[in-house]
Amino acid sequence: MPLVLEKRAERSTRMALLSPVLAILLTVITGAIIFALRGIDPLHGLYVYFIEPLTQLWSLQQLIVKATPLVLIGVGLAVCYTANVWNIGAEGQLTAGAILGGMIPVLFPEWQSPLTLLAMLILGIAGGMAYAAIPAVLKTRFSANEILTSLMLVYVARLLLDWLVRGPWRDPQGFNFPKTITFSDWQLLPMLWGSVHAGALFAVLAAVILAFVMGRMLKGFEIRVSGSAPRAGRFAGFSRPRTVLFCFLLSGGLAGLAGITEVASVVGQLQPQISPDYGFAAIIVAFLGRLNPLGVLVAGLMLAVSYLGGEAAQVSLGLSDRIAKVFQGILLFFILGCDTLILYRFRWLKTQVSATAAQPAE
Amino acid sequence: MDASLAVLLTIVTAATPLLLAAIGELVVERSGVLNLGVEGMMVMGAVAGFGAAFLTGNPYVGVIAAIIAGMAMALLFGLLTLTLVSNQVATGLSLTLLGLGLSGLLGESFVGEPGARLPKYFGVDMLIPFSFILTAAVAYVLFRTKAGLIIRAVGDSHNSAHALGYRVIWVRYLCVLFGGGCAGLAGGYLSLVYTPQWVENMTAGRGWIALALVVFASWMPWRLVAGAYLFGAISILSFVGQTRAWDIPTQFMNSLPYLGTILALVVISANRRLTRMNAPASLGQAFVPDR
Amino acid sequence: MTDEIGKDHLLEALHIVKIFGNLRANDDVSLYVRPGEIHALLGENGAGKSTLVKIIYGALQPTSGELRWQGAPVTIPSPAAARKLGIGMVFQHFSLFEALTVAENIALALPGVFDIATLSKRISSISKDYGLPLEPSATVGDLSVGERQRIEIIRCLLQEPKLLIMDEPTAVLTPQEADQLFLVLERLAKEGCSILYISHRLEEVKRLCQSATILRMGKVVACVDPRKETAASLARLMVGGDIHIVRPKAKPKSGKPRLTLDRLSLAQDGHFGVALRDVSLNVAGGEVVAIAGVAGNGQSELFDAVSGEKLLKRNEALLIDGKPCGRRGITARRKMGAAFVPEERLGHGAVPGFRLSENVILTRYASDKDLTRSGTIGRDAALAVSERVIKSFDVRKGKPDPEARALSGGNLQKFVVGRELDRNPAVLIVNQPTWGVDAGAAATIRQALVDLARAGSAILVISQDLDEIFEIADRIAVISRGQLSQARPASELTREKIGLLMAGEHEVREERHAARA
Repeated sequence: MPLVLEKRAERSTRMALLSPVLAILLTVITGAIIFALRGIDPLHGLYVYFIEPLTQLWSLQQLIVKATPLVLIGVGLAVCYTANVWNIGAEGQLTAGAILGGMIPVLFPEWQSPLTLLAMLILGIAGGMAYAAIPAVLKTRFSANEILTSLMLVYVARLLLDWLVRGPWRDPQGFNFPKTITFSDWQLLPMLWGSVHAGALFAVLAAVILAFVMGRMLKGFEIRVSGSAPRAGRFAGFSRPRTVLFCFLLSGGLAGLAGITEVASVVGQLQPQISPDYGFAAIIVAFLGRLNPLGVLVAGLMLAVSYLGGEAAQVSLGLSDRIAKVFQGILLFFILGCDTLILYRFRWLKTQVSATAAQPAE
Repeated sequence: MDASLAVLLTIVTAATPLLLAAIGELVVERSGVLNLGVEGMMVMGAVAGFGAAFLTGNPYVGVIAAIIAGMAMALLFGLLTLTLVSNQVATGLSLTLLGLGLSGLLGESFVGEPGARLPKYFGVDMLIPFSFILTAAVAYVLFRTKAGLIIRAVGDSHNSAHALGYRVIWVRYLCVLFGGGCAGLAGGYLSLVYTPQWVENMTAGRGWIALALVVFASWMPWRLVAGAYLFGAISILSFVGQTRAWDIPTQFMNSLPYLGTILALVVISANRRLTRMNAPASLGQAFVPDR
Repeated sequence: MTDEIGKDHLLEALHIVKIFGNLRANDDVSLYVRPGEIHALLGENGAGKSTLVKIIYGALQPTSGELRWQGAPVTIPSPAAARKLGIGMVFQHFSLFEALTVAENIALALPGVFDIATLSKRISSISKDYGLPLEPSATVGDLSVGERQRIEIIRCLLQEPKLLIMDEPTAVLTPQEADQLFLVLERLAKEGCSILYISHRLEEVKRLCQSATILRMGKVVACVDPRKETAASLARLMVGGDIHIVRPKAKPKSGKPRLTLDRLSLAQDGHFGVALRDVSLNVAGGEVVAIAGVAGNGQSELFDAVSGEKLLKRNEALLIDGKPCGRRGITARRKMGAAFVPEERLGHGAVPGFRLSENVILTRYASDKDLTRSGTIGRDAALAVSERVIKSFDVRKGKPDPEARALSGGNLQKFVVGRELDRNPAVLIVNQPTWGVDAGAAATIRQALVDLARAGSAILVISQDLDEIFEIADRIAVISRGQLSQARPASELTREKIGLLMAGEHEVREERHAARA
């Protein structure tokens, strides 16, 4: 091949910033092609999908609402992936948090006090942390691959939720629907602005705090070293098992928080489907945000656009809202492809030696 | 039909897609590449297989389409990880996300439609003996031919292989495509034989279980058969439980394969001697040759 | 230079240029090898020897220049093409596959029909014939370094080469194994096979080779007959000036031991590890003690045990300034005044993608008060330390605070060593201080180690380079198969004695036990 990859001497900061922009651009172009193939005017399709959600107040609020769980989970995952800890089960930890936190209004429906909400939030975080501790311990004690274990647990958590809402926790006055009672008053998060609930505050706080930790604190340094040069991490005295545990507990706790905030606001109860795969979309958010908590904040909003766009496209263009998932997948692909340019550059392989007459020796 | 024969047959049909997908991934990992996108390739194979069979009325066309779909996804993976040297873990994940999303979109018009089922021969689905033949072929090629030796060498040390003049990237592309074809075929089996219809996310995590099986089998083809059948047996427990009216929630029975996977991974990984010795040494590492 | 035109050459490399990015690895290099000749390619680390040789072997393509084989111009696009011509190469870093058997490893380098059984027979006979015994069905991962080299050699011999290229072959051999290798090479040369022998070891080259091409900084500086030169003249040509010799040291005062290893034992880790057994050693303030040994005898394990990456069973097995710390981790040991420099600078001693200032924090965040303040990193303090180290140790770099991997090997090593020396540690343990480092940087590092010792610290050096050891060590011990010989004054030891200790240490130990009984 005449074009080859060559490793750069240093990470290119320019490309680190350009890469997500390039990836988004490529995704948009691909989107235009998809619209054209479906017989829809590409520009109109792009407008409906990407621009329209930003033009109205209620949809801007919806943007923040959708971005909240993405950012909450995404910042935790960003820390994990920086440490090379592959928590893929955030969706399961979200579910576990929702279950444990949601247990309070289901089992004690009459308890209405500020402490109720506080207890729900704390249990939500605890549930996510406990659930995330499982793959963490399996990894540190038994070297079991955390990608597979955390992912398997997603299926288990969903089945657990399914059983609970169809069985013991089903609302007896619910006409046999697989749902719990609806939460009310102190069992719900306070609203901040229109449909935006307090969870948005948690998300912003989490992003800012973690940005500080990762950038300025020794803990962040430890995580970065552990991920990029584990041997150097041991040499520095950092314990890899401790780092793994920390990352899982952190991201699990945040995912659990995301779960309980969703359930205590948008969903308002427990039911089989409480999240449109936020735990998986957050993986994309983490990468789009360059594994940087502040970047994740921005990336979360961008990915929220893709969710809203999907709904809008369904209404205005007659496209399935499943197209949102496709866009998200394509976006991640482009991010990973464009990221190559951060560490490598392309170079033309020079043409070879020619067998002409030899020069006289000196 | 005799009840225990029915159970046995059900185990076989449950194990076959796992075996097909896992044997492909085994070859991929033996060459040093970790492709976590098996679930995505499998589900694309399922939707492509069903769709092609449905549209043409010919299930054999469906099988071909399933294999091609898997290979197409694998090609995408290869472009990113082998040519652009992207992170294999992240790329594999994105392959799965893309596959799940895309298959959901493409399969929308097929939901609820009756499927074209692959016909049996001598009362047996041909893909079942095929899975065994494929395993035997992989075992033979890997351990008794030069091609297989090259694959194992590339997986052990891509730098040494490159120094000896072997085209590491080409070998890996071929293996990745083979893995994709197998995963696609496994998906096609699901939608053309196992339950001849299309349901969104019908792979239900089987691709991930196949990945775990490769670790569980310590990258040895015949141990893969044992693992796949063990899992077939576990999945059948829920079926058996329902027919015997055991008073256990279906959700719990349905979670057994996933819990079983975790247990299997723990057991095999805890024996670090076994995994460390057999895991291809350059698994998952990026390779950029000196020119 | 001798006039080479018109002679009957086997291989000619004419005006080879090879550029990597900004680096001119080979700058108008010409080389002439006659049939049956043992030709040395001399130069220090980084001079361009490996690059030239990879071009000859087809693993790299020259940016410009011509190759000629037996008088006719050729291009060598791949190692397979080189092998077809009759060129074989034994790399410094072996191209072996640890999980495969000896026979399988060799089969991968041979073209043609795949027949392991016949191949195994050929391997057995040829290895016995040349005195390089090998078991074809052994797994490479189980073999010692010397045995692995035999695989590389036999792999070449099976293809009946006309030219055999050997890249620093004795770096991994005991003196006795090296002698055995020279016998093989001399026999091959007599049988008509040319040898291109890459080395920076002048005594060997004088002993073995009929002609030598000397490279410095990518250019050919001389082409001589080494038998007519002295080691000093060859060295001067290699380095381009007089080599800095470590300043003669004052006799060390016998102080109290600052580092003590007391019957230190460590179980074998994993399949390919080496167990440490009853390792005992004292290093006093003011002296440099060196541990000599060929790679694979437990050096890494010993370093991990002393540094604290691996904890010991007994707390008293390791003492720093008299205080036990065998069960305490690396950070605790650093706080007690110890400093460590590992063998691998990129990935272990420093994080490749981190800036130098960040790499300062890596080992000093606990021991330096102002590098961390209530958990936050003191960026300015770290930068100040980094700049001080860069200045004192003459670390050459492009940007003000570059990433570690942007530095050349020698400069990064100076930084990594300097980072620890800057702390004035009570005890310094360093593993392979000048591996892969150019002569200038190596001299700086060795002098710094000796200076630190004379200032009162205890220095423990683990090294595979006997020249280096004799240059800086006051006492020398030998590690072999996880056991340490008694440390003796350097003046009492010779290379031969050390070679014997490397091979037969446990025999000496058994004698001592018998004597005690």
